[in-house]
Amino acid sequence: MTPGSTPAACAALLRRDLTLAWRRRGDIAMPVLYALIVATLFPFALGPDPLLLGRIAGGVVFVTVLLAILLSLDNLFRADIDDGSMEQLMLAPQPLALLVGMKILAHWITSALPLIVVAPLLASMLKLPTDTMPVLVIALVLATPLLSLLGAVLVALTAGSRRSGMLLALMLLPLCVPVVIFAAGAVAAAQEGLPWIAPIAWLGAGLVMALVLAPLACATALRIAMDT
Amino acid sequence: MDNVRPPRNNVWMTVANEPAILLEARALGFLRQDELVFGPLDFVLHAGEIALVEGDNGSGKTTLMRVLTGMLRAGEGEVRLEGAAFSLDTMAGAVVFLGHHLGLKLDLSPRENLAVSTGLYGQRDGANADAALAEVGLAGYEDEPVRRLSAGQKKRAALARLLIVPARVWLLDEPYANLDREGIAMVNRLLAQHTARGGAALVTSHGAVSFAGGEPRRIRLHA
Repeated sequence: MTPGSTPAACAALLRRDLTLAWRRRGDIAMPVLYALIVATLFPFALGPDPLLLGRIAGGVVFVTVLLAILLSLDNLFRADIDDGSMEQLMLAPQPLALLVGMKILAHWITSALPLIVVAPLLASMLKLPTDTMPVLVIALVLATPLLSLLGAVLVALTAGSRRSGMLLALMLLPLCVPVVIFAAGAVAAAQEGLPWIAPIAWLGAGLVMALVLAPLACATALRIAMDT
Repeated sequence: MDNVRPPRNNVWMTVANEPAILLEARALGFLRQDELVFGPLDFVLHAGEIALVEGDNGSGKTTLMRVLTGMLRAGEGEVRLEGAAFSLDTMAGAVVFLGHHLGLKLDLSPRENLAVSTGLYGQRDGANADAALAEVGLAGYEDEPVRRLSAGQKKRAALARLLIVPARVWLLDEPYANLDREGIAMVNRLLAQHTARGGAALVTSHGAVSFAGGEPRRIRLHA
């Protein structure tokens, strides 16, 4: 790859973000630990009734994963803005939307992928029937990048203000609702032996749309945030 | 350093010894809440020329730099880069900017930070990271996390970026800050090499600066 070409730039940025995440491994472990704790507490709070737990397992896993992603989201662009790296990204010859997309990909790999890996464990702790496990994983694989992308737009929008965590959570809530409805709906349908492909298709459609539009929106929002 | 290489684009050499205009500001001004921060300002920066932006604290030196990079939208006037009206989308790595925030990742080493810059901006022919880091005086610190370097060494690590990216216009906001006497001489040496290659640089400083290659053009901002 020639240095300065678009693939080289994407690779360099992805490598940078993954290296940074690896150097601070503790931060990667935090969302996973959080999800593990929440999922462990449910049986204690509700009682160890396998039928009840099995019925709520899908929903609990999705809400837990969503909140765990939200924890790490606030920091997506903050560090880059504070240390001047964002200025360097903006002045680079590549389209900012593409570079931002790489940052979102790195964020998804470091925060959502570990959660997807532990999700079957959480679900089995909550007695989710084993035959619905593949549906759960498929729904997570589609829902988590969608959340990362939607979240990134909001993070970029609030990047100009200092304490944006609360605002971010409030703004993200209405965007999360459809994602949770379709993802948990797919698992619920699979549990009852109904066709579950329709909600998964909706998630996929949402993901495709977000893949195209979210990086563009992020780039524009970041330009506005830096224009102060 | 082979600093007498002819410019890649030879077209401007044909214009009767008059070096091409790399960067041009026409009646450039920036408004913050309807108040003029600086300007209106007119200046041109030819290839092989250094301009020194002077002004007191708060006179808008950093704002001018950010307007010239395209990150801040100019309220009045326009900036032209190599004759074309420019924006963040069109300038395509022709400008490299070094500001108060150095754009270094503290958890990465100077070498890794340079690799990111190379990936994003490309690499000048014949430049390599180790030589650049040695040139700025960071030999032996290539693999140390930037977090452990002193303020002056961090500045040097950021300056190394200038040595490997191919951009012809350097916008340096306070490049001398935090540097020792030897570091200041090093920045002047980098600027001299850059102008000899046909590049141009705009430098802000509120200290007295002397360049080896004679008097720089001065752009004065009033508070």
